[in-house]
Parts: sequence; C-alpha cells; structure tokens
Amino acid sequence: MIAHFLKLEWKQYFRSSYWQKSIFLNILLGFFALYFMASFLIIGIGGYYILKDQFPEQDPLVLVNGFLMYVIVGDLIFRYIMQKLPVMNIKPLLILPVNKKKIVHFILTKSSLSIFNLFGLFFYIPFAVVLIVNGYDTAGALAWLFSMILVIQSANFFNFLVNKNNKVFAGLLAILIIGYSIEKFEVFNLAGFIGEGFDAVYANPIYALLFLVLLIVLYNFNYKQLRNEVYLDALISQEVKEAKSFDLAFTDRFGDIAPFIKNDLRLIVRNKRTKSSLWMLLMGLLYGLIFYTQPIYADKEWVFVLVGIFSTGVFLMNFGQFIPAWDSSYYKMLMSQNIKYERYLKSKFMIMTISVVLLFLLGIPYVYFGWKVLAVHFAAMIYNIGVNTHVIMFGGSFNRKKINLDEKAAFNYQGTGAVQWLIGIPLMLFPMALFGLISWLVNFETAVITLLVLGFAGIAFHKNLMKFITHKYQESKYKMIHAFNQEN
Amino acid sequence: MIQTTQLSKKYGPVEVLHIDALEIPTGQSFGLVGNNGAGKTTFFNILLDLVRPTTGSIINHDFQVNTTEEWKTFTGSFIDESFLIGYLTPEEYFEFIGDLRGLNKADVKTFLTFFEEFFNGEIVGRKKYLRDLSKGNQKKVGIVASMMGNPKVIILDEPFANLDPTTQIRLKKIIKELTENREITVLISSHDLTHVTEVCERIVVLEKGNIVKDIETSAETLQELESYFAV
Repeated sequence: MIAHFLKLEWKQYFRSSYWQKSIFLNILLGFFALYFMASFLIIGIGGYYILKDQFPEQDPLVLVNGFLMYVIVGDLIFRYIMQKLPVMNIKPLLILPVNKKKIVHFILTKSSLSIFNLFGLFFYIPFAVVLIVNGYDTAGALAWLFSMILVIQSANFFNFLVNKNNKVFAGLLAILIIGYSIEKFEVFNLAGFIGEGFDAVYANPIYALLFLVLLIVLYNFNYKQLRNEVYLDALISQEVKEAKSFDLAFTDRFGDIAPFIKNDLRLIVRNKRTKSSLWMLLMGLLYGLIFYTQPIYADKEWVFVLVGIFSTGVFLMNFGQFIPAWDSSYYKMLMSQNIKYERYLKSKFMIMTISVVLLFLLGIPYVYFGWKVLAVHFAAMIYNIGVNTHVIMFGGSFNRKKINLDEKAAFNYQGTGAVQWLIGIPLMLFPMALFGLISWLVNFETAVITLLVLGFAGIAFHKNLMKFITHKYQESKYKMIHAFNQEN
Repeated sequence: MIQTTQLSKKYGPVEVLHIDALEIPTGQSFGLVGNNGAGKTTFFNILLDLVRPTTGSIINHDFQVNTTEEWKTFTGSFIDESFLIGYLTPEEYFEFIGDLRGLNKADVKTFLTFFEEFFNGEIVGRKKYLRDLSKGNQKKVGIVASMMGNPKVIILDEPFANLDPTTQIRLKKIIKELTENREITVLISSHDLTHVTEVCERIVVLEKGNIVKDIETSAETLQELESYFAV
C-alpha cells in the first residue's frame, strides 16, 4: 500500500507541468538547498573548534545549548513562513478500499521526511561526532543528538498543528523578542535556562526520553486531528467568507479604463497571493533604512538610485512582472469581449504610475538623510514612470505562465519564468550603472538630470510606446490563451 | 449571418475540425451536437478568435473574426467557468461586463430584473464571490452575462449541463424568447438531445470534426438523432 502511495506522489511531482516547465528553477532551488547543507556541514564540523578558539574557558556544548532556544524558535518561525503543509490528493482514495488510518500515517510520515527536517541534521550530526572525537562522553553526546532529532521532528509536527495560525506565530515572535530583551537587560537568562535543560540531557542520557514523549504526544494530536478530516466535508467545505464590497466610485474619473482599474484593485485586495504582496510595499518603503543608516553608504550615491528605484517601484515590479498573468484565469473571456488591448494595458500603466507617485510621497521623510537622497528618489520616480513601467509591460508580453490567485506569495514561484529574472536587470541595474558612470565621469547633478531626461522621454513617447507594446501583446494572444489554459 | 468557409483546425497531423461550408442565417437558433472530441468547442473557440484556424475563416456579420475585432461589439458568449472572474461578486461581474458593453449601472440593474426568475434568488445580493458559488449558479451568471448589451449573436457551450431541471426549463424559455423576433442568432452546443431539439430550429451533428448531419428540426428529429447516436 505504501508503495502505491509513494508511486502516486512520485508521479504527481514529476508529471506536474510545473516541474516539467521550470527545470531551470528547480535546479536553482536545488543549488540553494545544497548550499545550505554544505554551510551547515562546515559549521557542524568546524563549530566546535571555532567556539573553543573564541571562548577557551567555556565548554562549546554548553555555549551551543545556551543558544538552542533561539534556534528552535527561529526554526519554527522559518517553518511557519516557508514550510508547506504536507498534502496528498486523498479524494480519489476515499472511496477505494484503503484504510483511512494508513492514509493519515502516510501523510504524517511523509511530512517528517521534509527537507526542513534535514537541514538541521547537517549541523547536529557532525557536531556530535566532533564532540565524541574530542573525548566527550559517547552516551551523552548520542543522547544529545537523539534529542535534537526529536526536537526537529517535534517542531515539524508542532508546525503542522499550528497550521498557519497567526496567533501562535505572534507568540513565537514574542518569545524571541522577550527572551532576547530580558537577557540583554539581565533580568533572566531564558535561553541559558533552556540550555541547561540540554546540558542535563548530556549529563543524564535518560532525559532524552522526555523528547520522545513530546514527539509521540504531538504525533498523536496530529493523527487525531487529521483522522477527523479524512472526509469530504472537511475537504470541501472551506469557510465561505462573506463578500465585502467597497465603493470604488472614485475610480470613475479615469474614464474608460475605470472598469479595469476597479477590477485590479479588487484583484489585489481579495486574493491571497496579491494580498501577501502588499507586505512587500512596506518592505520596499523601509528598504532605504538598511542603507541610509549606515555611514559607509553615506557618500555612495549609486546606492540612492538602487533604493530610489526599489522603494518607489516595489509595487510596479511586484505587480507589473505578472501582467497579464494576473488575469490568466479569465483571459479567454477578456479576449472575447469588446475591449481594446490598449485600454486594458493603459489601466495597468495607470495603477503602476499611481503606486510609484504614492510611494515616492510616502518616502519623502528620507530627506532626513540629505537633499541628495530626495533628489535621486525624485529622479528614480520619474524614471520608473517613464521607463520601467513600459519595460515591464513589454516583458509581460512574454508571460506564458498561469497564476493561481489563491496561493501565498512567499517563495511562490508559480508564474515565474526566466523572463522575470531577466527583467530585473534593466529595471534596477541599468539606471544604477548609468547613474554611477555619469556621476563618476561628470558630476552628481548631471547624473540626476540624465535619469530625469530618460524618464520624461518615456512619458513623452508614452503613446508610441504603448502602441508598440499593444502590438506585441496582440501578436502573442493565441499563445497566451493556450498557455493560460494549462493548469500547473 | 455567420459564414464558415473551408475551415479546418489541425493539431499536429490530427485534424480536429473540418467544415467546408456552413451558413447560419441571422435569427436562427442553431444547435451543435456531437460526441466528445467532435469539435464543438473548437468551432466555438475559432468563432470567438480564441484559437486560430489552420485554414479557412469564419465571417460573423461581415467581419472576419481573425482579422478584425468589430464582431466583439455584438457577440456575447459563455464557454466555460474560465469566463468568470472568481474574486468578484455576481453584481460586480455584471457591472464589469456591462461597462465593457456600454451599459451603465442603472442599465445593468434593469437588465438583471428580467432574469430574477432565472436566478431564483440565488445570485444577486447573496454577498458571495463567484468562486464560492456552486457550478450551476456560476453557469447562470455566465449565461446571463453573455446576453448583456443587446448582442446580435449569442454563443453558449453546453448551457444545460450542471443546471437544475427548473433552471433548464427557464433557460429554454429565455432562448426561445431571444430568437422570437428573428434578430438574434443563438448558437448552442449540447449533449442533451431533448433540450437541443426543443430549442433549436436547426441542428448540425459533428463527428470527428466533420458535419455528418444538418437537420431542420421537426417532430421526428429527436428520434432521428437518437437512432444516429445509438450505435
């Protein structure tokens, strides 16, 4: 039976059009994974010696243990954001003579083999080996390692139970912050206290069994919860949220593109995928603080361009790179309607432009770091409007990937192709390089003016550029319809 | 009038549609039947310029569909659920389509009052997004949207599938009313021979992409079709 399940999983994975189409992306992700594993491995082997070297009078194991609270909580937070809950298409299995118990156990076992559980091992195993080599008590070190594996597995099942519950997430963050601050202000060393617990495991290997109990309890909770959900009603009856309508009459002033603008605004606030990218706005807006607060960047003006383009254009890039894939699920309908492509594209242009201006206005406080910063941001805004909007819409005409709006955004590469990676180059690197070059050859003012001129030129030729872009979209209409029809 | 000449569609070496000549006069209620893979949806997709024909062309009221876009102003259609925008409520969707078809908010409201019976109180004012509606209710929205803005041609792919019996009967009534004045051409594909013979005055049978029967509907048509498909 298990062999059947595994076969199904295997086929599901390798036969998905997503896998077949984006081998490049999978290889890239594979490299990332290898990179992390290699890094952990190196730290695992070398960690003992580095700690011994840096803190000669302290025991490396105790040091590591004292830090484990942060590792565990951090791991949980990382999982919360990144780890996909194990899913299996059980609907076709329900009516077959398959034991429901088996299905649940299979899903849970599968989740315990997740890549997130493997990363840690690349550190803990070599570290434990090095401990034993260096004369630590073998039973103690093994018990410690055993506990760590159990902790990782417990974290896995805990995450599963939490099931993307925001309150628990907030709680984890709170533990992290409070734990850190009370240690900092020397009220209580929470991490050290927890670390002592792990020291005890080393001293008395029998304590490792406590973690086994923890894991069994968590597994059972999961089992009970899942066992209850192996019914169609649990699968199908997602809670139906009441539709919230809000008045978008203010968009009517945009004339004939108003219906599209309304649609796009609703698209953004009503879908998981787009909603989570709203957070990117905040990130983009605050991006400058990373650089401007550090004195080494104070006189590096090309950094201003990077921040300027990114902080005023974060929405432009996030939203723009998936034009027209946002509308992929109903693209056929749009194409059979009496609309002019130009109107459709113009509405996208308008939304991006408004976002750029708005983000610039919100970023005005950056003037605190000097008038030069604001001047560059202004030029970047104009450049974004005049050049980048057109470039990104042009890039969109090569979009061939459907987007499923209900998916979350973080690390969601659905709809991402080579184009999205390539388009970042002209958008950010080109203005940065150009600016850097001119301000080095001539001076700062000329460089700013160059960006402004390019931007204004783009605005002046807006109509012609749009005509060209529209033509591109029309050319690839059938290909897009075909591609957007494919499920991932 | 919709004229099809020398139309064919090939995917690789496989020809999925081949129609040498087919003329659908204005005001006709036209039914397309055939087994799976007969080419019904392909024909509609070409008629809507969603798929390019390999050879030949379709002219919809003097406009060749793959070279102009003028025909879109008077052609309404509903092929499948992918014509709906999942994150809109039905009202917003009608408003959007209305906007594209030159109806203002008030027009849309009056338009929808004609379909109150058809909606059966399950569509308007329920505060649900289209993606959360049942398949049948989604279909109702799509069918009604295809009739917005006084189209001259209405194309419905499998309109009766997924609808409950009451709604099927109401839909048949609506289609009959539409073609009463012989101004609106309605094209329907269906697997349900009873429905299609009831509504359509002409029925074309496709098999493996070819027209094998072209019947003017009469009392014997249903029997004729049934014996044809009962192989």
